[in-house]
Amino acid sequence: MAESASSPLEDHSHHEEQSFWSRYVFSTDHKMIAMQYMFTGMLMALIGGFFAYVFRMQLAFPGAEVPLYGIVSPNEYNALVTNHGAIMIFWVAMPVLIAAFGNYLIPLMLGCDDMVFPRINRLSYQIFLLSVVVLGISFFVPGGGFGGAWTAYPPLSASAEYSLTPWGSSLWLLAVALEFVAFLLGGINFITTAMNARAPGMKMYDIPMVVWMIVVASILFMLSVGPLVAGAVMLLFDQNLGTTFYDPKNNGDPVLWQHLFWFFGHPEVYVVLLPAVGIVAEIITVFARKKLFAYKSVLYTVFATGVLSFTVWAHHQFIAGIDPRMANVFTVTTLLISIPLAEMMFIYIATLYGGSISLTTPMLWALSFLAAFLIGGVTGIFLGASGVDIYVHDTYFVLAHFHYTFFPIAIIGAFAGITYWFPKMFGRMMSERLGKIHFWFTAVPFNLIFLPLFLLGLAGQHRRISDFTMFPDLATEELQALRVFATTALLVMLAFQPVFLFNLFWSMFRGEPAGKNPWKANTLEWTAESPPPHGNWPELPRVYRGPYEYGTPGRETDYWPQDQPG
Amino acid sequence: MSAARPIATTRMAAGMPTGRLAVWWVIASEIVIFGGLLGSYIMYRLAHDAWSEQAAHTNTWIGAFNTLVLLTSSLFAVLGHKAADEGDGPKAAKCLWLTFAGGATFILVKSFEWAMEISAGYTITASTFWSFYYTAAGLHALHVIAGIIIMAIVAVDAAKGRELHRVELIGVYWHFVDVVWIFLFPLLYIAK
Repeated sequence: MAESASSPLEDHSHHEEQSFWSRYVFSTDHKMIAMQYMFTGMLMALIGGFFAYVFRMQLAFPGAEVPLYGIVSPNEYNALVTNHGAIMIFWVAMPVLIAAFGNYLIPLMLGCDDMVFPRINRLSYQIFLLSVVVLGISFFVPGGGFGGAWTAYPPLSASAEYSLTPWGSSLWLLAVALEFVAFLLGGINFITTAMNARAPGMKMYDIPMVVWMIVVASILFMLSVGPLVAGAVMLLFDQNLGTTFYDPKNNGDPVLWQHLFWFFGHPEVYVVLLPAVGIVAEIITVFARKKLFAYKSVLYTVFATGVLSFTVWAHHQFIAGIDPRMANVFTVTTLLISIPLAEMMFIYIATLYGGSISLTTPMLWALSFLAAFLIGGVTGIFLGASGVDIYVHDTYFVLAHFHYTFFPIAIIGAFAGITYWFPKMFGRMMSERLGKIHFWFTAVPFNLIFLPLFLLGLAGQHRRISDFTMFPDLATEELQALRVFATTALLVMLAFQPVFLFNLFWSMFRGEPAGKNPWKANTLEWTAESPPPHGNWPELPRVYRGPYEYGTPGRETDYWPQDQPG
Repeated sequence: MSAARPIATTRMAAGMPTGRLAVWWVIASEIVIFGGLLGSYIMYRLAHDAWSEQAAHTNTWIGAFNTLVLLTSSLFAVLGHKAADEGDGPKAAKCLWLTFAGGATFILVKSFEWAMEISAGYTITASTFWSFYYTAAGLHALHVIAGIIIMAIVAVDAAKGRELHRVELIGVYWHFVDVVWIFLFPLLYIAK
C-alpha cells in the first residue's frame, strides 16, 4: 500500500533528549496529550466546583457576602449557573473521560505505539486549549459571562437586549464551537485507531470494553453534534449579523434551536456516560477477579442505547409547545432506552456475583457509580413520562435527577479511572488510606446534597431563581432548611477534595513503586513499563485472547494476560 | 514536516488504509452538519410558501454554470486518482491543478453572483430565506476553499511523486463537496 512505501518503521528504542517544550507542550505522544487533557480538565473542575460553591451559598444565605467572592448579583448568579453546567459537561466530563482516557488507553489497550494521527491529536488539544482561553475571556468582557443557561435557548441567547451579555453570549458560543471541533478531530482519531491499529491477533471481541465505549461515544458525538454546529452558526449570525433564524417576528422559530440542541444534547448524555461505564467494567472485573458477564450483551446494549439515544430528544421539550401526540412518541422511546441500560446494570451486578471482591479505592468508586447512577436512571423514568414531566419540569427534581447521572459519570467515573490507572500513568501507587478518606467524604456528601433537592423540586422549587425570599411560597423555613443542608453538604465535599489533590501529587513522587502490573490485570497496558516510554513497548505485543480471562480453571495464576501465548 | 509515522498508522485491521478510513469519517461528520442545516431549511420552507417569491430572485443560470464547473472538476479529480494509482505523479498533479482551477472558478463566479445580489438589496438579513441562502452556500464555499488549498498542497507533493495516496483522499473529499452542491442547487435555486 501507499502508506507503507514511506518507510514508517521508526526505531523507538533510542531517542534524542527532547526539550521541555517539545516534551510537555508540543508533544505528539498520546500519553502526554492525555495528561494535558486530564490536568486541564481537573483545573476546569476546580473552577466549575468553585462556581457551584458560590451559587449554592447564595441560595442558602441569600444576599449575604460569599467568602472568596462577594455579593452575588442576579446576573452573576445566572452566569455562574450557566458556566457551571457548561464547564462540567464540555470542559470536565468530555476532556477527562473521553479525551484523557481515550488518548491514554486506546493505543495502550490495543497494543500500538501511538494514535494513527499524532499531529491531529496534538491539534485537537491545542484547539481545546484555545476554547478554554476563549471561555475564560468571556467572563471578563463588558456585561460579564453568558447567563442564558448551558442550553442557550433563544431569544435569551440570541438577543443582547434580553441577555445583557453582548460579548459574553458570542464568546461562550465560540468557545463551545471550538470545543466541538477539538472533539471531532479527537474522535476521528479514536475511531480510526480502534478500527485499524489493533495488535495482530486482536479480534473485535478481544477489545477491552472501555475502548469500545469510548469509540461508540465518539461516533455518537460525531453524528449528533453536526446539526448543533449548523445551529450554532445560525445563532452566532442571529447574535451578530441581525439574521432571524430563531426570531418569530421574521419567519424564524426559537423551538428550532431546542430541537437542534437536544438532538445533540441527549446523545451527549450517553457520550459521557459510556466511557464511565467502560471504566467501571474494567475495574469490577479486575477487583472481582471474574470474567465480564456477557461481554457481547454489553456491546448489544451499548449499540441499542446509541441508536435509541437519537430518538428521545424531545422529552426535554414537553412543555415547549410541541404537539402532544409527538410527546407520546418521545415518552415511549424515552422509557425504552432505560431497558438496555437496565440490562447493562444487571450484567455488572452478575459480574460481581460470586466474585472475590477486594474493596480497593478504584473498586469503591466503581461500585458507588453503579449505585448512584441507578438512582439517576430510575428518576429519569419519572421524567421521561410526559404526564409527570409537565408537573416537575424545570424544577429542582430535574436538576437532582441529572446530577445523579452526571455526578457519577463526570466525577465518580473520573476518580475511578484516575485511581485505577494512576500506577500505569506515573509508575507509583496512590495511598489507599487517603483514597478511602476522600472516597467516603465525596460519595456520602454527594447524596446529602442532591437528595434534599429532589424534595425541593417536588415542593415546586423552580430552577434559575437566585433568591427565593422573593417567592413567599418557596421561602418557607422548612424549604430553606433543606437548602442550607444541601449547601453544607457541598461545603463538606469540597473541603475534602484537597485530600485527593495531595494524594495525587504526593504519590506521583513518593508513592510506592508500582511495577508493571500491580492489579494483576489482563489488558495490554499492564504489560508495558509503568509509565510506558515513548512508543510504549520495545516490541509491540500480539494478542491471544479476550481481556477478561480471570479465574480460568487449571491455571496457576487467576489471571491470563492477553499477550501470553498458550 | 517529516515526523515519522507511528506503526499504528500503517496497520490495516479494518482492511482499508488508515487515511481513507479517516476521510470517510470526516465526511460522515460533515454530512450531519449540512444535514442539520438543510433539514432546518426544508422544514422552514415547507411552513412558509411565501419564500418562493424570495427564491425567485436567485440566478438559476449562474447556479447551473457553477454546477457544471464543479462536476467537471470532479472528473479531473477522478483522472488524477487514476494517474496516481498508475504511479504517474506529474500527471496526477496536473489533473489536481485542473480540479483546483474548477474550484477557483466556482468561487470567483460565486463572488460575482453574491456581489450582484447584495448590491440589489438581497443581503443576509433581507429575509430568512436569504439568511439560509448565504449561510448554506457560504458554508459550502468554505469547504470549497479549504478543499482547493489542501488540493494545492497534495498536488505539489504529487508532482514530486510523494504521498500519492493522498490524491485519492482529496478526491473523495472533493466529491463530497460536489454532492453537497448537488443538494444546494435545487433547494436554493430551482425550487421557486
